[in-house]
Amino acid sequence: MANWLDVCSIDDLQPNSGVCALVAEQQVAIFYMPEDNAVYAINNYDPFSDINVLSRGLIGDIKGEAMVASPIYKQHFNLKTGVCFEDETVKIDAYEIRINNERVEVKI
Amino acid sequence: MSNKQTLVVIGNGMVGQNFLENLMASDIKSNYNVVTFCEEPLVAYDRVHLSEYFAGKSAADLSLVEDGFFETNDITIHMSDKAVSIDRQNKTVTSDKGIVIDYDKIVLATGSTAFIPPIPGNDRDYCIPYRTIADLDDMMAAAKDSKVGTVVGGGLLGLEAAKALRDLNLDTHVVQFAPRLMEAQLDDGGADLLKSKIEDLGVGVLTSKNTIKIVDGDTCKHKMVFADGTEHETDMILYSAGIRPRYEIAADCGLEIAERGGVVIDNQCLTTDADIYAIGECASWNNLVYGLVAPGYAMARAVVSHLAGEEAEFAGADMSTKLKLNGVDVASIGDPHASTPGSLVYTYQNGVDGIYKRIVVSNDNKLLLGAVLVGDASGYPTLHQYFSNEIELPEHPDSLILPSRSDESVGLGPDALPASAQICSCYEVTKGEIVNAIEGGCCTLASVKDATKASTACGGCAALLKSVVDCEFEKAGMEVNTDICEHFAYTRQDLYNFILVEEIKSFSDLISKHGSGKGCEICKQAVGSILASQWNDYVLEKEHVGLQDTNDTFLANIQKDGTYSVVPRMTGGEVTPEGLIAIGQIAKKYGLYTKVTGGQRVDLFGARVDQLPPIWQELIDAGFESGHAYGKSLRTVKSCVGSTWCRFGVDDSVGLAVELENRYKGLRSPHKIKFAVSGCTRECAEAQSKDIGVIAVEGGWSLYVCGNGGMKPRHADLFATNLDKETLIKYIDRVLTFYVRTADRLQRTSVWMENMEGGLDYLKSVVIDDKLELCDELESQMQHVVDTYQCEWKTTIGDESKLKRFRHFVNSDKHDENIVFVEERGQIRPANIEERKLLKAENA
Repeated sequence: MANWLDVCSIDDLQPNSGVCALVAEQQVAIFYMPEDNAVYAINNYDPFSDINVLSRGLIGDIKGEAMVASPIYKQHFNLKTGVCFEDETVKIDAYEIRINNERVEVKI
Repeated sequence: MSNKQTLVVIGNGMVGQNFLENLMASDIKSNYNVVTFCEEPLVAYDRVHLSEYFAGKSAADLSLVEDGFFETNDITIHMSDKAVSIDRQNKTVTSDKGIVIDYDKIVLATGSTAFIPPIPGNDRDYCIPYRTIADLDDMMAAAKDSKVGTVVGGGLLGLEAAKALRDLNLDTHVVQFAPRLMEAQLDDGGADLLKSKIEDLGVGVLTSKNTIKIVDGDTCKHKMVFADGTEHETDMILYSAGIRPRYEIAADCGLEIAERGGVVIDNQCLTTDADIYAIGECASWNNLVYGLVAPGYAMARAVVSHLAGEEAEFAGADMSTKLKLNGVDVASIGDPHASTPGSLVYTYQNGVDGIYKRIVVSNDNKLLLGAVLVGDASGYPTLHQYFSNEIELPEHPDSLILPSRSDESVGLGPDALPASAQICSCYEVTKGEIVNAIEGGCCTLASVKDATKASTACGGCAALLKSVVDCEFEKAGMEVNTDICEHFAYTRQDLYNFILVEEIKSFSDLISKHGSGKGCEICKQAVGSILASQWNDYVLEKEHVGLQDTNDTFLANIQKDGTYSVVPRMTGGEVTPEGLIAIGQIAKKYGLYTKVTGGQRVDLFGARVDQLPPIWQELIDAGFESGHAYGKSLRTVKSCVGSTWCRFGVDDSVGLAVELENRYKGLRSPHKIKFAVSGCTRECAEAQSKDIGVIAVEGGWSLYVCGNGGMKPRHADLFATNLDKETLIKYIDRVLTFYVRTADRLQRTSVWMENMEGGLDYLKSVVIDDKLELCDELESQMQHVVDTYQCEWKTTIGDESKLKRFRHFVNSDKHDENIVFVEERGQIRPANIEERKLLKAENA
């Protein structure tokens, strides 16, 4: 059963960018958009390059949907759903995430 | 095999090669075993643009033969060998090296030689024909110890040769036998103006001079003595006084030779032997030897058609021509001398601006028969269309040459041309074929050129072709969307201007004023780059860090396994033994793979994010700074060892390279920028393949711009020569800042130049003549970047808050287990996915 797990302080996040956290032995990429007070969590593994790098991608939106671009081959992933924009059959895990008392929590 | 005929093409010049290409593109190619002889050590090259050899083009650039052409098409080529005799009885061809070939058909494409006046002294040292690439090498060698150079012949090629001499910094003169320059193409009025324009450029012009002998000079090596008793002193002589067809082999085997030379051919280009054709400059059609390439190409096509049993024939050729001679526009169409009975002439002469235009029209004022344009040839495409397509002239034909004082254009718009209108006369490409190519999927000018070959020979139709293509694109609704991405309906250049004019300092400010949404990796990186070019703030500042891709974020180059490579700067490729040892020790300590780069420095691979700061701390302690290998920015200034050590060196290339690299290091730009400096014209640093290339020449530095190696190689253009260092740096400042301001995102200088309206001449007018009155601003912007340089690694190491980012997990000191190395050739490399699994299983 999934639980909310404490990950880090909100100060550990990079505004308008990403960090990677180790949560229950999973590599989780966490992105922070302070203007919208929004945080997103997806798996850090890029299925196109087979390496753990999505937290280092540039973020933004495609037609209003928050996304990250893989730093390796530039595929885009929906930050809410983990679905790849270029190939909808590819989906990575997306996790529930919240800020609770200045602490970042992820449900895994 | 047995039913194939053997076709021997004698000569692999421009026309011989064109014939082969036409044959290979036709259905009948499988009927023949093709054998060809090439007397020169080089396969066919572009003689029309020979003088560009001096402006930096190499023999390879001038080549007309695609790599692998002979192999792919199964053509046997005998290089450096020529056919010396034809035995028509036994049907064999024998070569100089003794090869004997049984033939069924022969195509003679033996071309011509430069005419050398048969006068005493014509073969003295440094008296050279201007015809082949080998001649050019002789000419460059002779120019090295000459001060005065003279071209014999004031025709097209002669004036080109004069330009080449002038480019070699010789005191240059042209001696012309006829009373006017370009006697075949120009009338007296046009030739007079051309003469005065060429004299203004510092080239002496002597007309009506019949050289009778060449003897020892008093002040120079030679003295030319003329029939009128006058004399002219010169150190070297180039013969470019017309051509003489080469037909010895035809004459020896009894083919009919024209009175004025050349192998007699009929409309099918057949000689008096039904199995032997002759094409190009060795052939005489209607008692006429054509000294231009387009008629030769037309003959080549006629022969292929005849071999295929079609009824096409060669019916004479359009001798119209347009070119820029020493910067002077000159064009000639049809019959410029009004030799057609009853023809009418209109002339426009503007002594103030130096423009001369003359048109010859039929006596009913309906058809254009000929034209001469000097000083302003912009009307050529329109006039040539009237002429070649026999389009009825407007009511007042003189409106075609009178300056238009209103906005009303009298030109024939590309839309008005019929589909049959010939756009490129070298390859006989019609407007219809261009339209077909576009409808067939060509969506850029370059792809249209590739598909149709239009404008790939003499290039005279380039402007016309572009206007036709643009017009068709517009009609097809193919408006190219130049928006940078969905968040900004602007080009990169527009965004640059907003940032510059409104002094915008952050992405959030720009997107709230001019964009929408949150941005994406396209606009963020582009804006991040523009902000850095313009204001040069630290790229990891809080408001900028989110704009950087991972390489800029971690100030290192990400590799396929998620590790990074580290490149310390080695200005000019110079490094001390202590520096090398330090790098070696650091690489050893952190277990890094080391490789020397093409930019003359050392790349250290396999560093994890958390290792980057300690590695850099040690590199900085050893005196190194960031090499900016991770940025779209100045990379390296490659250099050869130069005059300090090299016995051939003309100037200190390493010293200049170090100075340039230190000046421009850290400059963020639309794409990476590479420089090189060579200490002499041997060009060991390969400067002509760089964005900015500098070559030491006697008397200063030559600056080359917008070259590229890589995916689409481009030779850099010679921008200016004989520069002192101060001027050189000024020009580089201006070129680079102009590039930074106006290029598209991720556009290298080579493509930027290719797409620039007006091309090299325009860039020169901006940078050298300050046409946009922008030079001061361009220089001061560059100076700002230079003055605010910082080693980004030094800044980062000194800022605890920035170092927080350099770990794989924000909440753990563990490393990424996925990063695994194996050993190869004594160093590490990333494990592939199978090896990773295997190692994981072993460890489990």
